[in-house]
Amino acid sequence: MTSPSHLDRLEAEAIGIIRETLATCERPVLLYSIGKDSSVLLHLARKAVHPGRLPFPLLHVDTLWEFQEMGRFRDDLSHKLGLDLIVHVNREGVAAGVNPIESGSRIHTDVMKTVALKQALDAGRYDAAFGGARRDEEKSRAKERVFSVRTRDHRWDPKSQRPEPWQLFNTLKKPGESFRVFPLSNWTELDVWAYIEREQIPVVPLYFAAERPVLWRDGTWIMRDDERMPLLPGEVVQHRMVRFRTLGCYPLTGAVESTATTVPEIIAEMRASRSSERQGRLIDFDSAGSMELKKQEGYF
Amino acid sequence: MGALAAETAAPLPAAANDAALAGRSLLRFITCGSVDDGKSTLLGRLLYEAGAIPDDVIASLEADSARIGRADRGIDYSLLLDGLQSEREQGITIDVAYRYFATQRRAFIVADTPGHEQYTRNMATGASTADLAIILIDAGKGVLPQTRRHALIAAFVGVRHLVVAINKIDLVGCDELRIRSLEAAFRTAIAGLAFDSITVIPLSARDGDNVASLSARTPWYDGPTLLGWLEVVGADTVSPTRGLVMPVQWVNRPDATFRGFSGTIAAGTVAPGDAVEILPSRRSARVTRIVTFDGDLPRAGAGTAVSLVLDREIDVSRGDVIVAPGKAEGSPLVRTSIEAKMLVTGQAALVPGATYLLRLGTASANATVETVVHGIDIATYAQRDRASVATNELAVLRLRLDRPLAVAPYATLPALGGFILVDKVTHETAAMGTVIAETTDSSRPRLHVVGRSLEQAMVRTYGGDWRRTLVPATTWRLGSALLLGVVVGVLTGHPGYAAAAAAADALARPLLRHLHRSLWGRWSRRRDPSVENGGGI
Repeated sequence: MTSPSHLDRLEAEAIGIIRETLATCERPVLLYSIGKDSSVLLHLARKAVHPGRLPFPLLHVDTLWEFQEMGRFRDDLSHKLGLDLIVHVNREGVAAGVNPIESGSRIHTDVMKTVALKQALDAGRYDAAFGGARRDEEKSRAKERVFSVRTRDHRWDPKSQRPEPWQLFNTLKKPGESFRVFPLSNWTELDVWAYIEREQIPVVPLYFAAERPVLWRDGTWIMRDDERMPLLPGEVVQHRMVRFRTLGCYPLTGAVESTATTVPEIIAEMRASRSSERQGRLIDFDSAGSMELKKQEGYF
Repeated sequence: MGALAAETAAPLPAAANDAALAGRSLLRFITCGSVDDGKSTLLGRLLYEAGAIPDDVIASLEADSARIGRADRGIDYSLLLDGLQSEREQGITIDVAYRYFATQRRAFIVADTPGHEQYTRNMATGASTADLAIILIDAGKGVLPQTRRHALIAAFVGVRHLVVAINKIDLVGCDELRIRSLEAAFRTAIAGLAFDSITVIPLSARDGDNVASLSARTPWYDGPTLLGWLEVVGADTVSPTRGLVMPVQWVNRPDATFRGFSGTIAAGTVAPGDAVEILPSRRSARVTRIVTFDGDLPRAGAGTAVSLVLDREIDVSRGDVIVAPGKAEGSPLVRTSIEAKMLVTGQAALVPGATYLLRLGTASANATVETVVHGIDIATYAQRDRASVATNELAVLRLRLDRPLAVAPYATLPALGGFILVDKVTHETAAMGTVIAETTDSSRPRLHVVGRSLEQAMVRTYGGDWRRTLVPATTWRLGSALLLGVVVGVLTGHPGYAAAAAAADALARPLLRHLHRSLWGRWSRRRDPSVENGGGI
């Protein structure tokens, strides 16, 4: 037998984490953000339970400001695979008029993502939520456990995390407590793309370069996905070949100029690239350590 | 320059070819060091040299270096690693941070672990899955008590390769003699710990000497660079051929037509048609299918996540272990009592009588601490008598389980030898442990058995803390024998009689005493509980 490759080992580890959750938790849910990491996570979950169907639902927290293409991709995939998909919108936030343009990224993310997520988790009484977060994404995520305990209020306490020697997970919890489970903890962005290529996993076309209407704002290319985003004085919409490395709310997600239209081209571009994945995520730069604060409050 | 660098040093092959990403091997390693000896700086430097730090991160690093006020020292690579706000402000690492980078040859997962004694458990966690540990020594400070502690913890969790990075070599003028003497001091300090390789590399994390390219400041050094060594060190050594071991993680039963036992193969291989045994029940069955999403497999080996279908309806549940039949060398054993080396990770001390939830492989059981066999001083490695074991302390304990589990010595099969204890009330992870080989095992060296019996005899005669009792007892015995010799010498005027009388007194009295005790012991000795149990581990 040849020894398993790097990707085989990551795959087996992720499947093991998903099965561990199924064996030890009662009401798991998979947080599905439509992005590439979620797509890989969904694929691994299907592998873990094969030949059965997914014994848990998918949850998408819709901020109503994500790229339109994401919604279409989600609905097509859900239909094709026959998924049990829950789409949750924080209606109170909508009623209060929260949006990324006028409220700013911090309030919008808190109300429409973090608060919305907590509402949906409470409503479903889920005791384990799978997420596609990776430790290589951001500094505070590098400290995250695979089975991360959350309090009744979904708070994360980075200073009292359970040790996880030998990938042995302490899955005991008190009533009301829950876990965020991260099967992709040890994957890098490059691993994710290499795996998408190997397994031919479908992803949202926004990851591939195409000519898109963009404008230069806050040091990055922002795509004007619909008419809700007003132009500031001096801003001009141009058509440029761009792609996205991460996907979120369109006014808060920067694109990079690129000509990569296939997964191998993306991989080639990344290997030559000199900037990090979350550079396009404006919400990470609200203040130093801002991801850590968001995570403590319950953000993924 | 022979001794410095690896005993097993291999020449670095020329330019690596651009192997496909998927085919690269994986090395997991940890870095450990003390406060201020440059651990995070070294790791930051490694990432930088491997081209793993994007430009925008370097930009934010420059901003952070200036903000935290270390701008005079240029870019502070340590800020790359310390992820939590409190760590960045205090300039220390508290929790394990995982980092990922790759070169043309290898993908690396690095656990950057805290050096301070208070966070020993975090270091042990990071080390538990590592193939290699880098231990930093500050050339200006030399080998510290922490250095010994880090090496001991690495050995405890079974790290196979050790790299000793002698950092800040400019502080000793890159002097060969001084660096060699540091190496010698290190080797003496960790004598007794077993590693497959120990590689000593003199370097400067701040300036980059011998990190990715050999330094002109150490022309006498002929070993590999740190990065060069990490790329070639044998992490993926082939495990010995052995029978199948697969802990059942989850019973996959989507409907009445399918019942598969899912898990990751820990050792050996399996193929359809193979006879297997279920532990601990020892029921037999045959494998009919190896089911995966990508189709049934004709054969599967260690590290593969599969679902096995068996030919008959037998009771198999999570925590059971599917193994090749027979009791081959190294196959798991079914036990209700284990002896283990344990590190206390919780806030509360482990005390005899306390019961915890034990997680080993995929199994759970209630485990009660029977005895603390002995503590291990993490700075001196000396055995200590302990009534209980406190946070961050290491000890050998005996545990009694409330049901039989399939276990194996950690050194033989880590998947069934590593475990955690969970506090049943607070849910805190109280301890992590490694099962140690059965002391009654006949395959152990005879000398050890003799040593063990002697130890037990001493304990029976002088009690559990016989070492402490023995010193006054011995000096008393020798003193009284000498006195008798002197008296006989004075009375007879013959040195020969004097010596004979002293020797007879020194030897005969303990022998008679022991004989007397053992005769009484036959009447009253309680049977050893572990014997009744069929032998513990």
